[in-house]
Amino acid sequence: MAENTIQTTGNAVAEAARTPSVTRDEERYQVPPADIFETNGDLTVVADLPGVEKDGLKVRVDDDVLTIEGKVRHMEKRANLINEFELVDYFRQFRLSEEIDREKISAELKNGVLTLKLPKAEAAKPRQIEVKMA
Amino acid sequence: MSFAWDPFREMESLHREIDRLFNQPHWQSHWRTPLSRVSFLPGLSARAYPLLRLDDQANEIVVEALAPGVDVDSLKVSVVNQQLRIEGTKPAPAGIEAEAYHRNERSAGAFVRILSLPASVNPDKISADYKNGVLSIRMPKAEHARPRQISVNVQ
Repeated sequence: MAENTIQTTGNAVAEAARTPSVTRDEERYQVPPADIFETNGDLTVVADLPGVEKDGLKVRVDDDVLTIEGKVRHMEKRANLINEFELVDYFRQFRLSEEIDREKISAELKNGVLTLKLPKAEAAKPRQIEVKMA
Repeated sequence: MSFAWDPFREMESLHREIDRLFNQPHWQSHWRTPLSRVSFLPGLSARAYPLLRLDDQANEIVVEALAPGVDVDSLKVSVVNQQLRIEGTKPAPAGIEAEAYHRNERSAGAFVRILSLPASVNPDKISADYKNGVLSIRMPKAEHARPRQISVNVQ
């Protein structure tokens, strides 16, 4: 299922590096927190990407890997009294199950929250099977 | 550069967290978050919300808050007695049953964060912008709180 996060250590790094366009070029990035839920067999991924503009967001599906990449405007300097956060680019990958209808994936970015709708392919939706009595 | 990993900076932020717990600086004396929510090491839901930056400049105080997905109508920013209060609600995805979640990492709910400001500000000239999930508040300092250059006489 799609909830498997691709780990950033071990073999998964080598795996992610197989497709060169997916490797990270920044020295630092952060993993955005995400919700994944299933309604009527369709998956929705919601991720917090504060500071990302529409132009800086890339959502890609390569083979069975969903990649969310967000570029932010880096802050010029540290604030002088409180520095609880710093805007850093975002990067996260999920492995999709085979059943997603990739043509119908839709994405919306609003107030720093990305909502991705991943409809399941018709063939993968649950079907009621009628039992006939002989 | 701002994104190069610097172990000393990481230690500094740990130091700051400890400071917040035991040794509150005089300009931030109102610690209202329950201790159970404070973590020494970064955790997803254990942090104060929203995370803040405060830059004390010569003529104004700039506060930025990392608050993605806040319901814009519920967002309230006010300043009373040199205290900045930010409150609002971050709604959870509507109508989703707990069983439907495969993964639930984004926190949701109502929040209030109160911060003591290092100088008094002019309440009529405060501006707040919410863009891409980041709230920026600019507060011009009150006239009497602006720094005055004092010339040093060398004898």
